[in-house]
Amino acid sequence: MSNILVYALHYEGAFNKNSLGAVAEASRLAGELGGEAHAVMVGESISGDLAGQLGGYGAAKVFTAEGPEGLAGPVIDTMGKLFDGGDYQYAVFGGGLLGFEIGAGLAARINAGVTMEVTGVNVVDGKLVAERPILGDSSISTSRYKDKGIIIARLNAFEVKQNGGGAATVEAIATELSPQAQQANIVTRGEQRGADVDIEGASILIAGGRGLGKAEGFELCDDLAKAFGNNAAVAATRAVVDAGWYPYAAQIGQTGKTVSPKLYLAAGISGAIQHKVGMQSSENIVAINKDANAPIFEFSDLGIVGDLNKILPKLTEAVKARKG
Amino acid sequence: MKIAVLVKEVPDAAVQKRIDPSTGRLDRSGEKNLNPYDTHAIEAAMQIKEGGAVTVDEIVAVTMGPESAVRALHKAVSLGADRSVHLSDQALAGSDVAATGYALAQVLRRESPDLVLLGQQSDDGECYTIGAVVAEYLGQPSLTQVIKLDIAGDELTCERQAEYGYDTVKVKLPAVISVGDAINEPRYPSLKAIMGAKKKPLETVSTGDAEIDASKVGVDGSHVSCGDFKAPPSKSAGLIIEDEDTDDTVQKIIAWLDERKLLA
Ligand SMILES: Cc1cc2nc3c(=O)[nH]c(=O)nc-3n(C[C@H](O)[C@H](O)[C@H](O)COP(=O)(O)OP(=O)(O)OC[C@H]3O[C@@H](n4cnc5c(N)ncnc54)[C@H](O)[C@@H]3O)c2cc1C
Ligand SMILES: Nc1ncnc2c1ncn2[C@@H]1O[C@H](COP(=O)(O)O)[C@@H](O)[C@H]1O
Repeated sequence: MSNILVYALHYEGAFNKNSLGAVAEASRLAGELGGEAHAVMVGESISGDLAGQLGGYGAAKVFTAEGPEGLAGPVIDTMGKLFDGGDYQYAVFGGGLLGFEIGAGLAARINAGVTMEVTGVNVVDGKLVAERPILGDSSISTSRYKDKGIIIARLNAFEVKQNGGGAATVEAIATELSPQAQQANIVTRGEQRGADVDIEGASILIAGGRGLGKAEGFELCDDLAKAFGNNAAVAATRAVVDAGWYPYAAQIGQTGKTVSPKLYLAAGISGAIQHKVGMQSSENIVAINKDANAPIFEFSDLGIVGDLNKILPKLTEAVKARKG
Repeated sequence: MKIAVLVKEVPDAAVQKRIDPSTGRLDRSGEKNLNPYDTHAIEAAMQIKEGGAVTVDEIVAVTMGPESAVRALHKAVSLGADRSVHLSDQALAGSDVAATGYALAQVLRRESPDLVLLGQQSDDGECYTIGAVVAEYLGQPSLTQVIKLDIAGDELTCERQAEYGYDTVKVKLPAVISVGDAINEPRYPSLKAIMGAKKKPLETVSTGDAEIDASKVGVDGSHVSCGDFKAPPSKSAGLIIEDEDTDDTVQKIIAWLDERKLLA
């Protein structure tokens, strides 16, 4: 019962970084509970070599199941069946999107308690206890589970740690898809909308959000980035990427990139948690927002309350002048 | 077909949300409003109805919450729902995510809609997951964060952004879909719709009416308990500048950047 099941998301032959963090954390916790961390992979023709690599992050065993990728249903079916065996008390998921859908569905299936956006887990009296920031990160709440518990991490909450261990035992298992899992079918996955821009290499990021008003509003960000020079790039929020104003490759956050530039300057961004988790380790955070109550000011080093349409053009001129 | 929209009453965006130390639950005094994310779900239902690809007989707004939650239902009706259902029972207080999803699923069973729509998140709970729980209890497929929804016969074509980019998924009805806020621009209710909202049918349902097993809801029926609320590690407050004279503001920004050698 002291074993922990952890979901390892993979795509095109590589593991998701947040899943690797989840495996490492589950392994640490299972160790304290006196059990093992076992990982689950669901996909098409999963290579045993890839699955075995999870041993290096602490998984003692990896179950692989053949099934469609990118959907919650088949993973809920696979993990639900493993829980039925009675060897597990907890499941752990890395931050992202699929883990939320799988973890919540699994909680309903196996009668478990579920906590999302978890930033820390401890063992107290032989049980897992999870911490989650709530109410816009203004408070932290502690979750305790009556029996089974499901922990879904916040993006980047768990460090990816290799423990130097060898390959894990890999066991292929069969999954029978539930009727509901058969009712959802993925047609295309991972479509990259917009140009393939690079924001991870830049040391200065000018990030734009819905406050830019329209796609053309991004010209203000482009101009400022150009004024800063070669090491600067333009980034975006999901709101504007979903709207088609800027490429997906430039998106920061829970379902985008994680960045930590020397300077992150936000224009017209509210500072939603799902955005914050992708940029909060930036060295210097500057925000321009016309709403003095915008959450982004809670974690900015310099906050400007004002209209970006007035400030950005003048700031661009001033940076240009300084750079000569 | 019939569409059910799950809506929630949440503290108004302008209210400082806090935990009531005496109950360990969200302090629900103060202004409340319909969860803004749910207006996108109602609008999505209206667009399906008006789109003409299928015939929508009825849009039903459903909520679980205290007495005051009827106001969220009135708002939902003013935005287009034909009638509403209010699950309200002391026994439900303190339900966790799974118990809330179970209770809502039981109410939905009575309605047996072809499609259940939800918002991407509740402004106060921020779980993004009630949809996945409801779907599991109903034994239906589900997808969250959908930003494009097309319907043809008994099949939905959904687009959403996940970890690796945009996915397109075909989902067979009946299904449970939570929509992202980029899916549409919700309309404003007309004055006539606001005035008429209180006249539309509103049914209040207890746990008994919905055949909810009382041992599966409330504090006792929940599998996780939350407590020990504490303040997050404090971060030193940043410098805030109100832009009054933009030339002056820009000079201050430049000086700040200079100090940190960010203009080198
Ligand atoms: C599961 C999930 C995953 C998500 N993943 C991501 C993700 O990866 N990345 C991400 O960014 N988001 C993500 N989101 C969405 C996130 O919750 C927010 O909706 C989004 O970040 C908001 O983008 P925004 O700040 O551009 O828009 P808004 O929240 O609409 O903010 C716009 C801001 O602009 C300001 N403004 C308007 N006009 C002006 C002006 N003239 N001058 C100055 N300021 C102005 C407004 O005051 C406002 O604060 C996710 C959500 C969920 C539920
Ligand atoms: N008590 C409730 N009653 C009805 N619908 C709800 C309730 N709580 C959450 N929802 C729905 O679930 C969505 C996601 O909420 P959450 O999972 O709490 O972030 C909301 O946008 C609503 O559509």
